[in-house]
Amino acid sequence: AEKRQIQELAFTFTQNEVAPHMQKWDAEHIFPVEMFTKAAALGFGAIYCKEEHGGSGLSRLDASLIFEAIATGCVTSSAYLSIHNMCAWMIDSTGTEEQRAKWLPQLAPMSRLASYCLTEPGSGSDAAALKTTAKSDGNYYVLNGSKAFISGAGATDLYLVMCRTGADGPKGISCVMVEKDTPGLSFGKIERKLGWNAQPTREVVFENCRVPKSNRLGPEGSGFGLAMRGLNGGRVNIASCSLGAAHASLLAAREYMAVRKQFGKQLAEFQALQFQLAEMAAQLVSSRLLVRQAAQSLDSGDPGAPAVCALAKLHATEQCFDVCNRALQLFGGYGYLLDFPVQQYLRDSRVNCILEGTNQVMRMLVARDIIGRLGDA
Amino acid sequence: YIHIINKADMAASKGLKILVGCKRVIDYAVKVRVKPDRSGVVTEGVKHSMNPFDEIAVEEAVRMKEKKLAGEAVAISVGPPQSQETLRTALAMGIDRAIHVEIPLAQLEKLQPIHVSKLLAKVCESEKPDLVILGKQAIDDDCNQTGQMLAALLDWPQATFASKIEPSQDSKQLRVTREVDGGLETIDVSVPAVVTSDLRLNEPRYATLPNIMKAKKKPLAKMSPDQLGVDLQPRQEVISVEDPPVRKAGAKVESVEDLVGKLREKGLVK
Repeated sequence: AEKRQIQELAFTFTQNEVAPHMQKWDAEHIFPVEMFTKAAALGFGAIYCKEEHGGSGLSRLDASLIFEAIATGCVTSSAYLSIHNMCAWMIDSTGTEEQRAKWLPQLAPMSRLASYCLTEPGSGSDAAALKTTAKSDGNYYVLNGSKAFISGAGATDLYLVMCRTGADGPKGISCVMVEKDTPGLSFGKIERKLGWNAQPTREVVFENCRVPKSNRLGPEGSGFGLAMRGLNGGRVNIASCSLGAAHASLLAAREYMAVRKQFGKQLAEFQALQFQLAEMAAQLVSSRLLVRQAAQSLDSGDPGAPAVCALAKLHATEQCFDVCNRALQLFGGYGYLLDFPVQQYLRDSRVNCILEGTNQVMRMLVARDIIGRLGDA
Repeated sequence: YIHIINKADMAASKGLKILVGCKRVIDYAVKVRVKPDRSGVVTEGVKHSMNPFDEIAVEEAVRMKEKKLAGEAVAISVGPPQSQETLRTALAMGIDRAIHVEIPLAQLEKLQPIHVSKLLAKVCESEKPDLVILGKQAIDDDCNQTGQMLAALLDWPQATFASKIEPSQDSKQLRVTREVDGGLETIDVSVPAVVTSDLRLNEPRYATLPNIMKAKKKPLAKMSPDQLGVDLQPRQEVISVEDPPVRKAGAKVESVEDLVGKLREKGLVK
């Protein structure tokens, strides 16, 4: 029953504070910080962080409900909200008492915003090959290198940077928190993108950037594992955003089909188009069940959770993009106009098949899990 | 300084005890459909939520608590089992505890304001609130009767269509600004009193996630109309419910003379 209340709260908030601005934020490339502050006041800033320092203490499933609801009003904003939540969780789960006490009270209300920095110009899918170095210098690390495609970069306050403190490969990677305005931290130009325009995406550049060692999250060499654990939840969250896009697109298509007439009949009376809606529903509902299953597997500490999360991300992002695409087709010529919303759901959900691990990497992870279980009953 | 513990004295450290009525109604955004047998509207499977005027009433009670004008705020709902969800929303907004007067399904459709006001009056006998705040009307039946009937049954003063509630000059009464046809009317009412909320009284807050979780632990008591000794015999019989007539096409006129001519034709102007 509380899950319904939580979902209703998220939908009401979205109707009032998000959906009316979706088009404008996309057209004018506005990063809606004010809206995030309001969302955080309701507890949406650190949904699955412990209550001790301001988190909401809720589950991954609750988070999925919230991100799906907000995405029906703006996929991009929901996605950034989920990235911020992922970063807050990384600090909450791995940080020292001092780090948690310092950062969570600022991240939970979203008075400070966070970005997740793993990808580099030379290492995307091959994330463990990252080259940004963090050389030890007394009580400091000196960072050199650059990160690519960082969501929120330049507008956020805290950067969780996966960098090399040790040897090659995943075991040489640590996670270091870099605050904005640290000398040696700079940003590339704002990228021009197909979608996610309500969010700046930029390169993050480190040039002899000195960061106190007390900003390291977890022991040296644990950064890659932490990054991957963050991504498990991140994948459920991004998949949830895709669900919201598909849901809104399907509803929009249904409404249009009840209004548009051709050949003397409503579009909704043509069987071929009815079958489209039915197939879209199958795609959406199956995706939703899988995403929620993945969220629950994380909540229950199931050791098989990472594979389920990858499977959910793979399935939902692809199926839901297809739902948006089909919805656009059902709108005919009007679907192609920027005045109609489905094109934005389409553009914004397209990248979900790419980031937080491409769907090709998701296939790798799922196959590895299946083959690895050869011999299990 | 010394507080005088006097029920009518707003400066009393305990503050007013407020009872807030909430009704579960079909959500305002839903396209209501008449049942094929014309006995009523379709409610099964349809989204329901708290009557918007009741949300405003709940918000006012919570604000009065925050301003220390009120000490305890209790929400009450008369309705089916699902009314508990409505009460949980009130609790999540900041109400302290809730009372659910559960109405059996058979009697639900025939429930009228006269029944609800009698049930509320009975609850007031035991709860002894200083102030009852109800929404001015429910968006399903638009009766605008329950608050007025309740005040009459209790023989309490009433201040309906409130757009502002504050302590009176001498702090011994409530000063209520009412929205009436002629404009705004300000009256002072003694407590205990019944106030009904109008649209501009306040803007209700969102529940927050922590408050939704806290609401789970707040007390929710159940009562039946039998326990309260109220007879729910219907006084009215609904004969039929129909859609409003489909809007007919209009006609365009070229000049003022044409317009007056047409009005005369229809017997609307002499």
